[in-house]
Amino acid sequence: MNNTETKGIWKVIGASSLGTLIEWYDFYIFGSLATVIASQFFPKTDPTAALLSTLATFAAGFIVRPFGALVFGRLGDLIGRKYTFLLTLVLMGGSTFFIGCIPSYEKIGFLAPILVLVLRLIQGLALGGEYGGAATYVAEHSPITRRGYFTSWIQTTATLGLFISLGVILVTRHALDPDPAKSIAKFMDWGWRIPFLLSAVLVIVSVYIRLKMKESPIFTKLKSEGKTSINPLKESFAHKANLKMVLLALFGATMGQGVVWYTGQFYAQSFIENVCKVDFDQSRTILIWAILFGTPFFVVFGAWSDKIGRKWIMIIGMLLAVVSYKYLFSELLNTVDVKNKVEVLEKKEVKTTLTAVAGSTDSIRKVITKSFYADGLKVTEAKTDTLYAAQGKKTLKPEVKLSKTMGDGDYWRMVFLVWIMIVYVTMVYGPIAAFLVELFPTKIRYTSMSLPYHIGNGVFGGLTPFIATLFTTIYTNDKTVGLTYPIVVAAVCMVIGAVYIQNRVDPEVNL
Amino acid sequence: MNAIKKYLGIVWVILGPLVIYYLIATAQSEIAKKPVIDTKIQWSVFIVVFYPIVIGFILFGLYALEGNYDHIPASSEELDDYEAKPL
Repeated sequence: MNNTETKGIWKVIGASSLGTLIEWYDFYIFGSLATVIASQFFPKTDPTAALLSTLATFAAGFIVRPFGALVFGRLGDLIGRKYTFLLTLVLMGGSTFFIGCIPSYEKIGFLAPILVLVLRLIQGLALGGEYGGAATYVAEHSPITRRGYFTSWIQTTATLGLFISLGVILVTRHALDPDPAKSIAKFMDWGWRIPFLLSAVLVIVSVYIRLKMKESPIFTKLKSEGKTSINPLKESFAHKANLKMVLLALFGATMGQGVVWYTGQFYAQSFIENVCKVDFDQSRTILIWAILFGTPFFVVFGAWSDKIGRKWIMIIGMLLAVVSYKYLFSELLNTVDVKNKVEVLEKKEVKTTLTAVAGSTDSIRKVITKSFYADGLKVTEAKTDTLYAAQGKKTLKPEVKLSKTMGDGDYWRMVFLVWIMIVYVTMVYGPIAAFLVELFPTKIRYTSMSLPYHIGNGVFGGLTPFIATLFTTIYTNDKTVGLTYPIVVAAVCMVIGAVYIQNRVDPEVNL
Repeated sequence: MNAIKKYLGIVWVILGPLVIYYLIATAQSEIAKKPVIDTKIQWSVFIVVFYPIVIGFILFGLYALEGNYDHIPASSEELDDYEAKPL
């Protein structure tokens, strides 16, 4: 492809992006519905099922993705990009659909969690193979001076996949019955399957479109000349000259990009829900708005990287994240901190209910306190404990659940704070496909770029919410201590990237 | 700049084993605090996953120390030369 030719590029981008978007959607609905899935397939009463649950959560996202990168990357460099990422799409869509079909643990017992685990592993493998293929395919169709711009459309898909998965879940949760409480109950019972089953329709459409596409012109040329790699794995990782670039891509770019990505889009949401105690719907719609306003910046930074190079946009994105995360997350906390607010005492509601425990003289006491604040914040506190009839038997520490619903001002303030983090995501993620593509030669590109991408995103990024939450359980005094992990990783990556990576835009690379 | 790249290589080589030590020490203390299967799996996964990555990080430091990053390929011809030199 020459410098200016863009004929058919939008078809290529459309076909590639749609498939990648569906893969991300499939991957995220499992994560977003983890609690429902756990209750359906992994009952806590069965320790083995609980063990499988932990494995399903960890293994698929963090261990299997890099393996998928190796398996499908190798295939992509051997047989071509088109058929490999077609295969990953079918695997991802198929496994997602079948997760939606598995009978619950109550119906088929132990087979249920095993099937879920196997299908989740296939999802992880497929995702590991998809991205590198789509990014390479689009880059190899793109005009050589606009790779950043055109591949940035692929970069939007991961965020949009999350956006759509959150949207579908919220809509389904509220659309199953006119009564909101009944609708949620139906969703928890069977409605959760709908987002999974929907995947089949999306995948059929996407496969149909992708089948009509041609193989990448650069790969076709290489193949016709008999110059494709015989052993992409060996050439990628057993040759020092290429291995050093794989390591540089990982430690100087994708490692930091991964933690910034997962902090902005996952840890922020988890922090708002679990630390700030904002209610389920608001904590998700905040992210939806922030993503909606932030997504165009993927294309802005991708296109800009064609002009000034990829390096400094990514490095500055990491720098901003490193210096401002603590402040941004503290502001999220301050936004809903009742110490900063004026309570409207006359509106306060306290409701106590006592429910007798069957076959005993004890009873369960539930006290629901609703507090209202001048700026529209509503705090609902539900305290549950047992009242013992027997003299001298002490009431245990009550279980307290807190849920905050914000007024408009605070709500949009949070959207703005999360939006800033999403803009950081677009800075580090927008140019990275073009950056990785340009780092490796065509014949081993799929393999070489997929591994650092999926270690950076799957391992370093994917573990961010877990490690950050873990930090808060180890060091309990500071609610933002979890940020130490993404800040340290992004800072190390930023230094490596700034010192070792070249800020070049080589129009002739690999052609 | 090349001197900085090399000196920083020493930092990465030292940092690698420190990360492994921190990881194993934290894993031991957390498992001792809460010796349930979830904690054991969680920390085992962390160690199994991060161990090879840290080895890669040390290798990166060694390459930097040897001056392998003094020159980063900047042309198509150089990229095509990858196959020429095995490890």
